Amino acid sequence: MFKHLLATVLLTGAFAAQAAPDPALIRQLGDEDSSVKVAAIQKLAQEGDPATARVLQAMADDALQLAGDKVLIIEDDKAFDAVSGEPAPMPADAESITVNNRIRGELDNALAALKLFDADRNVRLDSARQLQNKVSSEMAPLFERALKKETDPEIKPLLKLAHAQASLTSKNPATRLTAVRTLSESASPAVRNMLQPLTEKAGEPDNRVRYAAISAIKAIDARLSRAETLGAVFSGLSLGSILLLGALGLAITYGVMGIINMAHGELLMVGAYSAYAMQSFFRAYFPDAIDWYLPAAIPLAFFGAALVGVIMERTVIRWLYGRTLETLLATWGLSLILIQAARVLFGAQNVEVANPSWMSGGIELMPNLLLPWNRIIIIGFALFVLALVWVLMNRTRLGMFVRAVTQNRAMAGCVGVPTARIDTLAFALGAGIAGLGGLALSQISNVGPDMGQGYIVDSFMVVVLGGVGQLAGAVWAALGLGVFTKLLEGWSGAVIAKIVVLVFIIIFIQKRPQGLFALKGRFVD
Amino acid sequence: MREPFIFRFLSALDARTRAGVSAFLALALIAVPLLHLLLPAGSPFHVSTYAITLVGKIMCYAIVAIAMGLIWGYGGILSLGHGIFFALGGYAFGMYLMRQIGRDGSYQSDLPDFMVFLDWKELPWFWQGSDSFLWAALLVVVVPAVVAFVFGYFAFRSRIKGVYFSIITQALTYAAMLLFFRNETGFGGNNGFTDFKRILGHSITSSEMRLVLFGLTAVVLALTFIFAKWLVSSKYGRVLTAIRDAESRVMFIGYNPLWFKLFIWTLSAVLCGVAGALYVPQVGIINPSEMSVANSIEIAIWVAVGGRGTLIGPIVGAFVVNLAKSWFTVSFPEYWLFFLGLLFIVVTLLLPRGLVGLWKTLRTAQGAKA
Repeated sequence: MFKHLLATVLLTGAFAAQAAPDPALIRQLGDEDSSVKVAAIQKLAQEGDPATARVLQAMADDALQLAGDKVLIIEDDKAFDAVSGEPAPMPADAESITVNNRIRGELDNALAALKLFDADRNVRLDSARQLQNKVSSEMAPLFERALKKETDPEIKPLLKLAHAQASLTSKNPATRLTAVRTLSESASPAVRNMLQPLTEKAGEPDNRVRYAAISAIKAIDARLSRAETLGAVFSGLSLGSILLLGALGLAITYGVMGIINMAHGELLMVGAYSAYAMQSFFRAYFPDAIDWYLPAAIPLAFFGAALVGVIMERTVIRWLYGRTLETLLATWGLSLILIQAARVLFGAQNVEVANPSWMSGGIELMPNLLLPWNRIIIIGFALFVLALVWVLMNRTRLGMFVRAVTQNRAMAGCVGVPTARIDTLAFALGAGIAGLGGLALSQISNVGPDMGQGYIVDSFMVVVLGGVGQLAGAVWAALGLGVFTKLLEGWSGAVIAKIVVLVFIIIFIQKRPQGLFALKGRFVD
Repeated sequence: MREPFIFRFLSALDARTRAGVSAFLALALIAVPLLHLLLPAGSPFHVSTYAITLVGKIMCYAIVAIAMGLIWGYGGILSLGHGIFFALGGYAFGMYLMRQIGRDGSYQSDLPDFMVFLDWKELPWFWQGSDSFLWAALLVVVVPAVVAFVFGYFAFRSRIKGVYFSIITQALTYAAMLLFFRNETGFGGNNGFTDFKRILGHSITSSEMRLVLFGLTAVVLALTFIFAKWLVSSKYGRVLTAIRDAESRVMFIGYNPLWFKLFIWTLSAVLCGVAGALYVPQVGIINPSEMSVANSIEIAIWVAVGGRGTLIGPIVGAFVVNLAKSWFTVSFPEYWLFFLGLLFIVVTLLLPRGLVGLWKTLRTAQGAKA
């Protein structure tokens, strides 16, 4: 028993002796002058001693106190000596060491640097990432030491980049050259800015380093612009999939009945609010399963919107067949009523719909290109709904009837298709799909009473572009419009992009009034 | 010898309409100014400043409604974006009003306040000449006309019609609204133009100026009505109605619908621009929300409520809906949208010919009984 205890004491002592930070530096942490504090923090961080982490963490948590000449860590009402780490008597006259914002920022950096030596791989990775944009020249030896120890293939390149950034200001041209060459592998705008001064004679006397810096900036620029384009294409696809969900329903109802449902955007809103309702329900009754509210909201969104659609069709739209322009006005009236109803029920403010935890985060393809999971899932969801609609339209009896009525209502009626019922069902289907679109939308944009208004014009543009009653047309038009809009937004801003798209559509209709994919057949009016 | 133009206009009116227009003008030009200026504010017959502004505003809307009635009721073209022409006219005249502020703005600069705010050093090119009243008046007519002509030419040439056309006009207005919301566009961004001080050197807030604007609006409304009446009863008007009812047949007979539609479309835009120019000094503000999609669709409902295919209908509709609006938004702001929504539905479902149609039906029924 005694032996055991002795061993522990010896070991702790040995560890403490090896790891004890410089007492003078620790004392400086309690200095009156902020600059002295900052200098001490920086020096402690460069020593890379893991034991210092506890002290600095305590300082960041406002748990570091100064008692006379001794710096103490206060943990759960117990005091520990900051230098040795051993328990110390709780002093009566200790005063807290004040930490202002400047010091706090310095502490964060120092803690991250110290974490580079942590035993846990993930902690090291996080810290290496965090440090990427906060490198200063004093940190070069720190990174060098971390690099020597590091074996992980994911952390190593990050450390190399950081080390190169830190050694850019080195006195030795050869070191700078290596650093510049390493940095040309980067794809970060911050690194690019860092290299910029080195391309001029004033900033870099050595010719070789200067030329290397120029070509490194070129390489980074190429990588950046590629990432930007890829990012724009991706967000275009994600916008396109939302447009697709909005336009699929519209394409069905417009194809079958030849009417534009101006309240279609409000059906999106119904879907989005059902996500909100389901979320509130889960919060109240199944807080443990809150992540599953979204799948549970899918049927609610579909059938909720479909029900609203059926009511709209039975009470208003049914009576306006053949009077398409008036239908525009009547459905606009419906949309006003739905918006005001949402305001009365849920309040005029936007409501908060949270992403389930499995939808947060994303895949990082490049340092400045993150593909968020919620957008990836929405693209997948849109494809799933599309597949479902395709099967429904092409492989079921209902779908056959819907296509028949779209092509020739009178003839379909003659051969026994119950056109009135098909109208209602098709309208319900279109409304339900809009509800699903609203559900998807609730994950990436605001949910509020007015949310549907912005999408009706875009959805209709998709239908115009794609051609009436054509699924393939709607798909290509939605994705094309989405990507085109986002690419344009990249270099001209959102408003100009919107106007250009509109002009493009008007010109397009000059050439192909029937849309991308036209139904074959003869029509009279 | 051909009779003078004005007589040909007037001859398009029957005796009852002529009496109605004369009574209206007498009321607006003589009775209202007298009641406003001569009677004390407490008198039950005093016409308040509020009432003059409200009715003046609604008369501007009525001009827009006639413009809409012409293209929708007679041309079969439903525009859901007429707000853009109204706003363009308003902005064109608003530029002049902004320049008339002179150095009386908050920054005491020759430039309008919002330009000082944006740190612009000189007027952009499209503001050149905006200090001239005549140039502003020209812009009020020309800008909406050019926009409408270009847009209409491409739209009608490719025979875009029905709901396609409606939605595209809606998109046009929407895009224009986004454009005008930007500060860099040079029209005051979000806030638009406001804080006007004077027109032609006279204060804009004086009773006399209000009455002049009010009277001017009334005259323009009456002239618009008479001109429209003459137009729809002319040969051109009949071809237009024929195009509305059967465009293909009119083409087969040998007419090119393009020019017929384009003319009425452009004319309608110009009327809206003029209405907008009269509206801005009376209301004292113009901002991009005038181009919002909802505003433009409301224009259509004025016409639908009043009655399509007539010219008095749009005027009645504009007055009924807007009076209801100003009453509702004060008394029951919560229910205005419900009411407006129901109005859209009820009118399209139950009153396809509007209030004027209902009136006529009731009269006929009474006549049959008697």
